[in-house]
Amino acid sequence: MLFSVGSLALMGLALGSLLGAAARYLAVAENPIEAELQAMLPGSQCGQCGYVGCAQAAVALAKGEAPVTLCPPGGKATVEALAAKLGVKVDLSTVSDDGPRIAFVSEEICVGCCRCSKVCPTDAIIGAAKQIHNVIREACTGCSGCIDVCPTEALKMNPIPVTLQHWTWPSPSSAHN
Amino acid sequence: MSQGFSTPVAAPHTTTSNSPDRIMSLVMLTLAPATLYGFWLYGWPSIYLWLLTVSAAILGEKLCLRLMKQPTGSLINDGSAALTGWLLAASLPPWAPWWVGIFGGMFATILGKQIFGGLGQNLFNPAMVARVALLISFPVQMTIWVSPAPLFSVGAPGPIEGLLIILRGIPAGLDAVTSATTLGFVKTELSRGINLLESVANTPALSFFGARTGSLGETAAWLIAAGGFAMMYLRIITWHIPLAMLLGIALPAAIMHTIDPLRYLDMTSHVFSGAAMLGAFYIATDYVTSPNAPRGQLIFGFGCGVLTYVIRTWAGYPEGVAFAVLLMNAVTPIIDTYFKPRIYGRDQKGRPIQLGNS
Amino acid sequence: MGLISQFFKTPSWGVHPEDHKRPAADAALRVLPTPKQVFLPLQQHVGGAARPIVIVGQRVLKGQLIAEAQGNISAPIHASVSGTISLIGDVTAPHPSGLPLRAIRIDADGEDKWIDLEPAADPFSLKPEEITRMAAKAGVVGLGGATFPSAVKFALGKRLKVTSLIVNGGECEPYLSSDDRIMRDFPEQVIDGARLIMHAIGAIEALVGIEDNKPEAIAAMREAAKSFPEVKIRPVPSRYPMGSDKQLIQTLTGKEVPSDARAAEVGVLVHNVSTCASVHKAVRLGQPLVERIVTVNGGAVAKPGNIFLPLGTMINEILDFTGLVETPARLILGGPMMGTPLAHNRIPIVKGASGILAFNAAEALIPEAGPCIRCGNCTKACPMGLLPLEMAARIRAHDFEGAESYALSDCIACGCCAYVCPSHIPLVQYFSHAKGEMYAAERTKLRTEAAKRLAEAKIARIERENREKQEAAAKRKAEREAAKAAAAQVSETSAETTQGVTL
Repeated sequence: MLFSVGSLALMGLALGSLLGAAARYLAVAENPIEAELQAMLPGSQCGQCGYVGCAQAAVALAKGEAPVTLCPPGGKATVEALAAKLGVKVDLSTVSDDGPRIAFVSEEICVGCCRCSKVCPTDAIIGAAKQIHNVIREACTGCSGCIDVCPTEALKMNPIPVTLQHWTWPSPSSAHN
Repeated sequence: MSQGFSTPVAAPHTTTSNSPDRIMSLVMLTLAPATLYGFWLYGWPSIYLWLLTVSAAILGEKLCLRLMKQPTGSLINDGSAALTGWLLAASLPPWAPWWVGIFGGMFATILGKQIFGGLGQNLFNPAMVARVALLISFPVQMTIWVSPAPLFSVGAPGPIEGLLIILRGIPAGLDAVTSATTLGFVKTELSRGINLLESVANTPALSFFGARTGSLGETAAWLIAAGGFAMMYLRIITWHIPLAMLLGIALPAAIMHTIDPLRYLDMTSHVFSGAAMLGAFYIATDYVTSPNAPRGQLIFGFGCGVLTYVIRTWAGYPEGVAFAVLLMNAVTPIIDTYFKPRIYGRDQKGRPIQLGNS
Repeated sequence: MGLISQFFKTPSWGVHPEDHKRPAADAALRVLPTPKQVFLPLQQHVGGAARPIVIVGQRVLKGQLIAEAQGNISAPIHASVSGTISLIGDVTAPHPSGLPLRAIRIDADGEDKWIDLEPAADPFSLKPEEITRMAAKAGVVGLGGATFPSAVKFALGKRLKVTSLIVNGGECEPYLSSDDRIMRDFPEQVIDGARLIMHAIGAIEALVGIEDNKPEAIAAMREAAKSFPEVKIRPVPSRYPMGSDKQLIQTLTGKEVPSDARAAEVGVLVHNVSTCASVHKAVRLGQPLVERIVTVNGGAVAKPGNIFLPLGTMINEILDFTGLVETPARLILGGPMMGTPLAHNRIPIVKGASGILAFNAAEALIPEAGPCIRCGNCTKACPMGLLPLEMAARIRAHDFEGAESYALSDCIACGCCAYVCPSHIPLVQYFSHAKGEMYAAERTKLRTEAAKRLAEAKIARIERENREKQEAAAKRKAEREAAKAAAAQVSETSAETTQGVTL
């Protein structure tokens, strides 16, 4: 009885230390995952996550300092991709995803101050001084950086309008729940 | 006039009248003749055992559904639990004690099925899981066989007597009725060094119609086969698994019997005894735990048959259908992965077919 | 034999739903009185939407071009009645989403006056390209439901040297009989159209596949094709989806279209019988595609049958014409197996609309979905040899790539699997959902990449601007200094000179 318990304990100890040693000596030196994570992020450097840009956010994600839900413009799809890459479990139903949103200009309030077009990371806002500005839908990443700088609150974030070409069937299982 | 429908419903906008309930009911209907024959053959105790096992299986399912806060449906819900209990009861010794039925029935639906997530989710055939669990846990009770004592015949237990047999066990005075199955008898004799030729005189008669010692619903091989053909006619099952499984038993039996008739039983005895028929038509064909594509089904069936023969012949148990089916259940996902049907416009490996040789 | 085949029937694709085609198929063709208004969507075909070339208030004649094709794959739209353009705005699309779609509204004047047509007197003396051009000009698209611009297909067939034209008279969808009706009533139009297409693509034979549940159509077509040995009428077994291109090609020619190729690459081209008839009208009469036969059927319809009507007619007007015995529990555009559920009845008939089904409550009832029992009926029914149950299990777990590894993209959405499923799992919706999500993910990826490029471009631009500013500033500074130095030098030299002078 004692013998069997002892031998099992010994075996466990030996194998455990072997694993520990392996983890120490066979560890991958650098973290190639950062580049991969950065590729998954929208890349608009909007700063909504609290980091300077997407590269910095990727570093934080790789270190486990930032949650996979950090990127609002990325939406559910990005959360899912990041969680899968990092092997993190995440409850997608808690992620608020009203679908991707983009900026819209209310033409009657815009004064043409050009502040928004200066902060836009993707040059998605066009318009010259004293001219009504407009957002190029395809180029807007939804970072909402322009919202705060607008002096007249002419910019609003709205969901991307669904068109016949973009509409997809909802999942039947979501209809059931 | 205009009206609104809230969420769109995808095509098709028409559907079959088929349902799991209908499938389960039809399977039970085709299984009934063989089981009724078993009732007649083994009398009241077997009827009580059957009732207990089926009720326990249904009860186990209801319990789980209640625990998981799912709708428990009507009395027998979709009928799958009743069918599981029925198949288990059919494979039990007909005069087994009451707790074998209760334990087996509950085990089948709770641990064999619901714990995996319910209907359609289990990896192993629930009835066979329960049967194997019973066989390993209660080897004595699970191998006490009785000679046929048809209902209303002289010496057959009446309704009260039958109930007492199930509740209190077989009374000492009735010891004479206990007997051995063909496969069990042969195995015992061989282990004692008596070859087939010598033991054949004492071997329990192998009645083709099924009036022999055996499990509650397994002896009437022809009735089971007829039920199986009825299921094929109704398009509930295809011929692939039953044929492959019977071949899997018959081929090695024929070969080994030719090589050494003194050691190895003949093909007919193998195919018509024990659970071979019930296994081929009702157990191995379980939708949930068998492969989907025809080629996979042939491999699965043949594997079940060969393993059955191997276990019967060389392993410790006289009957091997339950073990064989469980072992093949375990490889079903692998079979499903490697033996998919060929897709239109692609070759067997899933690559687009080349132009010119189409 | 019958008994044995019941047991050992070779596994075959498809299903046999109750066809419900009669009595609607047998009712004589009726003509809808010209509606007061028609709504002609700018996109009634696969490809780019047409561009309106009319203005509100303009008078148009029937058959007049009102929107021209835009892009390589597109089709023009013609006025289906004579009257006045009264609006260019949104209508509800004949689409499950019920989203808006641009359309041109014409207030009919009731005269139905055709524009001057330019029929071809002897089309077989024309060059094949000329037939293709006429079909394109007439806005002919695939009327079987795919609505792919026919002329594009002709050009493809010509380029790939197609030898056989397959004329699809399968019409395997239950309830529908518009193709049946066109074959019974206008077989000579269909045969002539088929011969014109053969001429356009250079095919040497035409195989007309007609399901054997339409004996009248087969007889009429045989009669009409009597003097044209190159047009062969081939009855095919009634089995859904026999009218699917790939299945019909295989049944008629034994050829299998590779999963990564088009039918034309195996030397065949499939066109629907109604498309053939429209090609006939486009070439022989010069008529653009502005009218079609639509089956109106279903338990809620008082007088089911086939109606000849102008495109753009609102569905509620058609249902008023045929009458309803009860409020429909479900409205479907097309057949019950693949048709589009409609949100309401204020939706116009488009080129690809072969039928309107108004189902009563009993017909519309689909029991609630239960768990998959892995019975494998879907696998047996799938005409493509796919494993619907495996794909659906993966899609339920959001594993779209896993589903794609089971060749989800080969799914033709015929609905056989969902039809036979005893648990009534909406398999097709799972597949449509997954295909849509995968397409959306692909689009998001492209968008993200584009955003990255734009962001990098902006950073580069700002850097360049700053650099240029700095350079400009440096240059200015240098210039200023140079000027200063020059000035200093000048003053120095002048000082020197003055000094010298003074000296």
